[in-house]
Amino acid sequence: MSIDKETAARVAHLARIRVKDEDLPALAEEFNAILGFIEQLNEVDVEGIEPMTSVTPQRLKRRKDVVTDGNQQEKILANAPDAREGFFAVPKVVE
Amino acid sequence: MLDLTYTAPAPKVIAGAKHDWELVIGLEVHAQVSSNAKLFSGASTQFGAEPNSNVAFVDAAMPGMLPVINEYCVEQAVRTGLGLKADINLYSAFDRKNYFYPDLPQGYQISQLYYPIVGEGEVLVEMGEGVARVVRIERIHLEQDAGKSIHDMDPNMSFVDLNRTGVALMEIVSRPDIRGPEEAAAYVTKLRQIMRYLGTCDGNMQNGNLRADVNVSVCRPGDYERYMETQDFDHLGTRCEIKNMNSMRFMQAAIDFEARRQIAILEDGGKIDQETRLYDPDKNETRSMRSKEEAHDYRYFPCPDLLPLTIEQDWVDGIAETLPELPDAKKLRFISDFGLSDYDASVLTADVANATFFEDVAKGRDGKLAANWVINELFGRLKKDEKTIKDSPVSAEQLGGIITLITKGDISGKIAKELFEIVYTEGGDPAEIVESRGMKQVTDMGAIEAAVNEIMAANPAQVEKAKENPKLAGWFVGQVMKATGGKANPKAVNEIIAKKLNG
Repeated sequence: MSIDKETAARVAHLARIRVKDEDLPALAEEFNAILGFIEQLNEVDVEGIEPMTSVTPQRLKRRKDVVTDGNQQEKILANAPDAREGFFAVPKVVE
Repeated sequence: MLDLTYTAPAPKVIAGAKHDWELVIGLEVHAQVSSNAKLFSGASTQFGAEPNSNVAFVDAAMPGMLPVINEYCVEQAVRTGLGLKADINLYSAFDRKNYFYPDLPQGYQISQLYYPIVGEGEVLVEMGEGVARVVRIERIHLEQDAGKSIHDMDPNMSFVDLNRTGVALMEIVSRPDIRGPEEAAAYVTKLRQIMRYLGTCDGNMQNGNLRADVNVSVCRPGDYERYMETQDFDHLGTRCEIKNMNSMRFMQAAIDFEARRQIAILEDGGKIDQETRLYDPDKNETRSMRSKEEAHDYRYFPCPDLLPLTIEQDWVDGIAETLPELPDAKKLRFISDFGLSDYDASVLTADVANATFFEDVAKGRDGKLAANWVINELFGRLKKDEKTIKDSPVSAEQLGGIITLITKGDISGKIAKELFEIVYTEGGDPAEIVESRGMKQVTDMGAIEAAVNEIMAANPAQVEKAKENPKLAGWFVGQVMKATGGKANPKAVNEIIAKKLNG
């Protein structure tokens, strides 16, 4: 798989990262280098090997169904560029 | 136990210019898990709270915050799976579904794409007596809900409330087994009923606790059968997905509109683009939600913040042991144990609270009579007052008392209705009310005969006429009932009058 300029632009758009047009070829190059590395990994035969999901033998940690958090509207909204009447106010988004 | 066999309902057919078209529908139902706290944070799930007050830093996606799963939400998903006779996966895992929207602060939704917690199950959807469809469930996965955007508070801004952000949802995915708008509504109703029995989702559609994405396509007669035989989707038409339906009525209207829209395109020689559409109830139409260029590319990948979710068979078995009797089983039992009709059993089992109330009334009494009283008198009266069984002024014990009085012959059906109204409005013990207000039916033959004699003696001309024309005997019955304040046993009155007129 080879990443061209258009694909790089599309990935940047999906990630909502603005990339100048002249920077796209270099970005595509970087993607290709990364994919090349992954292709190398793909050469390893992992048939029948369980994927390792953690380096320590842990079980997913669970929590009880108890309300222990919240009631901090002021803190939640503290970093918002615009907040009104307890809401985040954002530019109109309507489909 | 009684076992019923069903015939499948006919698919909805829409006549086209050249040939008929059939509908094929699959649903993704999003059911909010009933829990105190959210799926990955300790914030409350309470509906209607002050905006952004039920928000933990995890929900607001503050840097460095990590999700910790709520064990009870997992239990609820397993319970739902068991209720839908589904396979429970002891190994499941969470993935990130990446997209940007203001009410999704993480920039991704934690969901389960590759390894859902629940596998294949089924739901029996009844469409009338003896007519039902078994709708196959493909999977149920756990995921986070998004926040809420409010667009009508300001002309230029949208307002975002993160209270719902991170609340646990179960996405219940059906196979394309639903064949018409009414079936789709019946399917959602049945899912809702089962989850309410299980206590895993309150099913409140108005609050958005139950919403459905509806996939609709159309095909020619015969195509669907070919699909069922091969499970090859190529036999079916291209589908469109109508997002976020939270009303049964609108869902049905949307399906109907969408099918007709697709048929019009196909008959015009066009082709259907697979896309997401929104239903506009004001215009009764669906419209495209996102243009093709912006088609979703969610770039799913395993969530690095969460280890796979492994559960033990013992734990699942423990949950299975606590499952309540479910609607299908309860309905069959009501039919076989209480001799109820299919319809009455359906009405009584629609809601678990109603079913329990009925059973308390029917215990040790005539089941059919109890069903009549619960459905016709009590439900009718509650509906008039816009009350539910939970705020019924008449308890199961009181209604049972009234029925016992009828069966014992202490009161007539007519008096029973008066008594019911007294108990409903004033309360009290039915037997005591009957005693203290002298409502007891007169079954003393001597007393009734005396009343009949008295009326006949006072109306000799009527007696002569009635002897000629037995149809006039009814007049005497009415007079006797009036004289006894409606308390005479009508059967006894009829018998005595007939005997006297013929004798």
